[in-house]
Order: sequence, then C-alpha cells, then structure tokens
Amino acid sequence: MSSWAKALVLWLCAMVMTPWTLALPEGLDDLGRPATEGEVAAWDIDVRPDFVGLPPGSGDVWAGEEIWLAQCASCHGDFGDSNEIFAPLVLGNITEDDIATGRVASLTDPGVTRTTLMKVPTLSTLWDYIYRAMPWNAPKSLSPDEVYGLVAYLLNLGYVVDDDFVLSDTNMAETQARMPNRNGMSLDHGLWSVSGVPDVSGSACTTDCNVSVNVASSLPAYAMNAHGNLAEQVRDWGPYPGLWTEPAAEPEQVAAASAAVEAAVAPEAALTAGGCSGCHQMAGQLVGPGFAAIRAKYAGQEHAAYVRDKIVNGGAGVWGSMPMPPMPAVDDEALQQIVAWLTSGEE
Amino acid sequence: MASDAEQGQLQPAPESFLPKDLVEDISRDGINAGRRSLLQGAFAAATASMVAPALMADDDPDIVNLPSWTRSLGKPVVANPYGQPSPFEANIVRRQSPGLTRTDQSSVSFTPLQNLFGMITPSGLHFERHHQGWVDIDPRRHRLMINGLVETPLVFTMEELLRMPSVSRIHFLECGANTGLEWGNVAVPTVQYSHGMLSASEFTGVPVSLLLERAGFDRKRATVLLAEGADGSSMTRTINLENALDDALVAYGQNGEMLRPENGYPLRLVVPGVQGVSWVKWLRRLEVGDAPWATKDEVAHYVDLMPDGTHRQYTSIQEAKSVITAPSGGQKLLKQGYYDITGLAWSGRGNVEKVEVSVDGGRNWRAARLEGPILPKALTRFHCDWVWQGEEAMLQSRVTDSTGYIQPSRAELVQVRGTRSIYHNNAMQTWRVGADGEVHNVQLG
Ligand code: HEC
Ligand code: HEC
Repeated sequence: MSSWAKALVLWLCAMVMTPWTLALPEGLDDLGRPATEGEVAAWDIDVRPDFVGLPPGSGDVWAGEEIWLAQCASCHGDFGDSNEIFAPLVLGNITEDDIATGRVASLTDPGVTRTTLMKVPTLSTLWDYIYRAMPWNAPKSLSPDEVYGLVAYLLNLGYVVDDDFVLSDTNMAETQARMPNRNGMSLDHGLWSVSGVPDVSGSACTTDCNVSVNVASSLPAYAMNAHGNLAEQVRDWGPYPGLWTEPAAEPEQVAAASAAVEAAVAPEAALTAGGCSGCHQMAGQLVGPGFAAIRAKYAGQEHAAYVRDKIVNGGAGVWGSMPMPPMPAVDDEALQQIVAWLTSGEE
Repeated sequence: MASDAEQGQLQPAPESFLPKDLVEDISRDGINAGRRSLLQGAFAAATASMVAPALMADDDPDIVNLPSWTRSLGKPVVANPYGQPSPFEANIVRRQSPGLTRTDQSSVSFTPLQNLFGMITPSGLHFERHHQGWVDIDPRRHRLMINGLVETPLVFTMEELLRMPSVSRIHFLECGANTGLEWGNVAVPTVQYSHGMLSASEFTGVPVSLLLERAGFDRKRATVLLAEGADGSSMTRTINLENALDDALVAYGQNGEMLRPENGYPLRLVVPGVQGVSWVKWLRRLEVGDAPWATKDEVAHYVDLMPDGTHRQYTSIQEAKSVITAPSGGQKLLKQGYYDITGLAWSGRGNVEKVEVSVDGGRNWRAARLEGPILPKALTRFHCDWVWQGEEAMLQSRVTDSTGYIQPSRAELVQVRGTRSIYHNNAMQTWRVGADGEVHNVQLG
C-alpha cells in the first residue's frame, strides 16, 4: 500500500461513526428484491484506485491512436490538446521530473493551462471515466480492450509511456507508479466531514474595524455588457431596475419584459462553412477574438467595408499579435451574411 | 343592528344556491349562443354606464381610469393547465454565463437570485449543472440498485420507493464552484452569475439510512457510498457514510411535485450541506464501500488547487456563506430613502445563527433580522433596514453559523487558499452603491 493510500485509510477511519441502528417498520422487507448477478454486472462498472472492478484486457498505443482518431479527436483534437469542446486533456508539458516525483511542478504556475493529465493522480480514474462516459455523444459503446488502448495512447501523448507500450490489467499498478501527479492530492482539510475543522475564519469585529475599503477590483466599463443587457435580466418594474449596458442608447422607457427583443440570429452555417469557427467562438477569445466582442466593436453599417476587407485579406495587430489569415474562399453570399450580422449591432 | 354583510362578513352560500337544472344544463352544453348573447347584453349595459370621469391634477390615471382588466372578463380556468409566471416576469429566468463553458450540455445555468423572495427556489428556476446533457427518464423503467458491502444487493422500482416511509425536508443545494469565477478578480456583473449556482427546495424521499438498513449493510467495514446516475455520464461521486446515515435522502419530490427532469427526475440523491455535484441526479445505484473511488469529478474537477500546487481532494462540505441579493450588482436605486436590504445565508454544517450587515465596506456592522423558520442546512432569509441619502456605500453581509464559524472576508480567505482554487469560495461579497444609485460588483483590498 502506498503511503498516500495508508493516509487515506487512516483518514477515513478517523471519522468517528456514531453507533447507529434503525428498526425497520414491519413489512418493509417486502419492498425491493434481490438483484441478480447479471444485473449487478451490468451496472457495477466502477473501477477503484486499487483496481477493484477492473475487467481483464489489454490495448497498445497504436490501437489506441486508431480509435482515438476515429472517435475522440473530433472533440479533443488529434493530440488531446484541443480547447474547443472541452479543456485540453494533454499538452505535452509534463516533465521527466514530474514523473519521477509524482508532483507536476507547473501546477504552481498560473500561466500554465491545467490539463487533465497534469491533475489526475490515479490511473483507474481515466479507465473508469472513459469506459462509462466517452465518447461523449455515445457513452458506454467502448469495449475494455479499446479503453486500455485509449488510456495507453493518452499516457503516450503525455510522455508517460513509450510508443510500443501495451497497457493491461496486469500492469496497471506499475503504470500507476508513473502517474505524473500521483502525489499531488491533499486530504489535509476540514471539508470532508460535517465536523471537520475549518482552515479559515472570519473576524467578529463589529465597530471601527481595521479593514481596507479601497476597491481593488471591479468590472471595467467595456465588460459591463459581456453578459448582455442587464436591464433585461432583472425585474423591470420594481425598486431596483437593471443597468442599461447595451452599446445602443437607452430608450426613453425600457421595453417591458414581455416585449423582449428577439436575438439577431448568427449565420451559423456560413461561419462553419467559411472555416471561421475554428478560430472564433461566440463569446471569449479562442485563436481570434470572440464574435460577441467583434460585434460590439463594429456595430454599425459604417464598419461594413472595413470588416469585409479584413475577412478577405486578413491582418494583425488589432486584437493582438496573432494574425488572421486571408479568407478569400468564403463565397459572396456567405460573406455578405456574415458582414451584415457582424455589423448589425442587434443582440 | 347592522347586518353581517354590512360588517364585511361573508355569509356562506346556501346549499344548492344555483338551480340544479341550470347547473346540469351548463355542465352539459357549456355557455351556448343563447346564453352568450344574454351575457353580452348585460356587459354592454354595464360598460355603457361607465363614462370615464374627469381627471384632476392629483389623480392617478391608473386609479381613476379603470384599466381594461377591471372592465373585462378574465381568462378561464386551465387556460394554462400547468401555471406559468406572469408575462411581466419574463426577465426572471435561468441564464448562462457567456463563454464560461464551450458546450451547452456540459454547462451551467444560474438562478436569478436578485428577484426571488423567501427561502425556497421555484423549481423552474433551480440552477442547472449537467455534464452530459439532461434526460427524460420513464419512471416505470427506472430502478435503484443497492450493492457493495451489503448482505443482499437489492433492486427497487419507483413504485416501491414511493410506498416506503418518506420525509420532506428543506435544504439548500449549492454547487462547489459557486462564486468560482470571482476567486481572482471581479468577473461577473450580477448576483445571478456570482452566486446563482444556489437553490433551495423542499425535497421528499426515503432516508438513505433506511435503504441501507433494508439491504443489511456491513456496519464494520463501510465508510463510504458511491452514488451513480442513469444518464450518459453515469455521474459517480463518493459520499461520506456519516452524511449518508445522518440526513441524506433518495428523493423524488421537489417543492410538492415530482423532481423536474433537469434536476434528476425521477430520483436524485440529496446530501444536505454537501456540494451539489454529490447530489447525483437520475440516481440508479448506491454502492457501499470501504475506500473512496477517485472518480473523474473527484480528481480532475471539484478538487481545490492550493498555492503550493497540491489539490485538496474530497472537499465536500459547503461552509457558511451569505450574500445580499437586493440591492445587488447591476441594479440601480432610483430614489433616496428607505430600502430593505435583503439576502440569503446558509451553512453546510448546521443552522444560521447570526447575520450582520455593513454599509461601509466592513468597518461597522449591524445585526440583520432573520426570517424563520431557521432550518439546518437550509437558506435563511435576512433583512436590514437602510435609509440611503445618496452617499456612496459598500454593502456586505457576514454570517455566523451554529458551530461559531464566521464567514471570512475575501482577504482572509485568499490569504490561506490563494486565488486559483475554483471551488468553495465562501468569501463575503461587496456591492458598491454609487452616488448615482448604480450598484456594482467590487472586491476590496
Ligand atoms: C462529442 C465530443 C466528444 C467526443 C467525441 C469525445 N469527448 Fe471526451 N469529453 C467531451 C466533453 C464535453 C468532456 C467533459 C465532460 C464533462 O464536463 O463532464 C469530455 C471529457 C473527457 C475526459 C475527462 C477530461 C476531464 O478533465 O474531465 C476524458 C479523459 C475524455 N473525454 C476522453 C475521451 C475519449 C477517450 C474519447 C473517445 C473515445 C472522447 N473523449 C470522445 C467531449 C467529447
Ligand atoms: C486561423 C485563425 C482564424 C480564422 C480561420 C479566422 N479568423 Fe478572424 N481573426 C483571427 C485573428 C487572430 C484575429 C485578430 C486579428 C487582429 O488582431 O487584427 C481575427 C479577427 C477577426 C475580425 C476582426 C478584425 C479587426 O480588425 O478587428 C473579424 C471581423 C474576423 N476575424 C472575422 C472572421 C471570419 C468571418 C472568418 C471566417 C470567414 C474568420 N475570421 C476566420 C483568426 C482567424
């Protein structure tokens, strides 16, 4: 048993259980029936960190890669590094040292994206989760051998195992010993038990307390409408109407909630066909700025020519150093649609 | 002596007030054309006699000119077989935080706390958090299995669960990541987005303790339960047996009706005081065990990153927290004068003991008035009188729970936990009221 596992057992046992019994009402034994072995087997698919529940089987990195490219890459990227559908699973930033110590050092660096493989301490977790829930749109369609292969492939992407590695139920434990963040978890906190001891406590001071009342952080004006027009998100007739955070001027009388403005519809098809979605999403930065930010910036017909030119010819420097490539292949009708939408200013 | 009617007392209607044959007639035919023209004649006569009176300077036209709804026949019963809020409340809905998640099925919608009252969240406004979308489950085909360290693994149908002894209890349900966007800096404008992964309902169901007893669980070895959902994600979470035996429920009822599908219809786990992810929805299985499972949402998420690079694992309890819901960020005070500052307080370890409110950023504090009933691991509504005279103000609330724990300020919390933990941010919230009456989310430091 690893020292961490020992600590875990001690920790669990330290949770004092009050002796407890409950008399069942008469007749209650008739409710519920014994589960058959087949029923338990069909549902009890969980795998624990000590590999209790792990079905036999094996799969190698190559087999895993093949399944990955066919069934996983569309969402997670060929190398598990995509940030489009979900946060990256692997980014190739795990070091030899991390694997040796079992602590991913870069977890202290706020500049480093935290990937799944940087966090997960237990190999069983990857196996259990992929088997029960992936692919996301077709969960429980993989065989155990396929899952062994996929886990091997993910570990290979993170430099935890070599290209010719075969993962099986017999070498899970020794592979676990190479998990980069296997010693990275802490149970030293009071949040597991109702009677746990808090790590932070507030002050009881009630008069002339010595606290700073300087505003250290607030939303910058340009971000006030990142969540839409707040005036349309609160009760519009009570004591506290919402702030008007639209770029467009506030009308004399805020429209009644019942007449809420219909959202302008994004030309999804044109954006996808034009290849824009790979670099732009609606809200928030991807490779390029979010369309919401672009639309806020270029609301108004007067910007149409500029926006059209930028899409066709590309350019850099407005949102950062990352260039936008020329997109001459977008057909005219789609381009017109996109430009009209980007400059419409309508929410 | 004045009659009862003059004194404003109602007389009970005599039995058979309506002639029996007329009742039968209407029940059979409805209001037919003949009766309709009679009725219309009566209404026309009534309206013709109502000439709009002349409006005097001090008169409120909404009083003096009777509005249409006072002068017309209203809608029939069951126009909405399932009642809907007034169309004038259309702004008060669950909302997503743009850009927070990359998909809509692994995503969150937030409860509009700024416009709710009391201690219960309407079921249709209960926040949502799904990992693999939500599903419609046929209750006739749903089963609950109990296995693991038990004498006999058992299977229950919904029909059997609804026959068992049940309890109804009011509890809050807060996502461990509630207020998680605010660890580093102010990121969202309103209390809906800052605290809206919080709801409270009356839940009805069977105590987990009863089911474990029925299955004959191994009292010597058992320390934990695994709860598992029936949806595509088959969400799994390790539950402390201490909680399971104390007050956890296998619940099917929510606010008097069945659970909403987004909240786990027909069956979910309720683990009072513990973060929402453990309240597994669409619950299909409970497994009794002697070691935790380290499931995906116990190692890659719902782990709290500390400044030294370790992640705190199995952080479950939601510590005491409070927030002022009105006035709150993104709102505006239109006039000076009296306001009822109101908000919510709660603790995963017990009852709310005390709430204090400050209007000067935490320099001076006043006790707020708590509304009853004050229940363990439930929301407690608080109020505090305030006369606003147009000055800048910094509104804060601070809760003390029945264990004596006091909600920390942001500075106190961040000093120990850093700013990257994502989960379990229970710091005091500050709303800045400007001289212009605008209310903004701010952090002090
Ligand atoms: C249709 C898109 C899609 C496909 C295809 C897909 N995934 Fe996922 N995957 C997701 C999403 C979304 C999540 C996050 C789910 C959640 O929030 O719980 C996820 C989560 C994961 C995680 C856990 C990551 C973490 O940090 O929580 C792993 C591991 C994973 N997927 C592996 C796979 C594998 C292996 C395949 C192929 C068999 C696959 N995925 C196919 C969308 C997809
Ligand atoms: C390979 C990535 C990529 C693709 C594909 C892409 N963009 Fe961009 N886009 C960017 C980047 C990067 C910027 C920021 C450029 C800058 O700072 O000047 C940008 C900026 C923009 C802007 C704002 C221009 C400005 O000057 O402010 C618009 C409008 C835009 N993109 C539209 C589109 C449309 C429409 C498509 C599809 C036809 C598209 N983009 C495809 C990367 C991309």
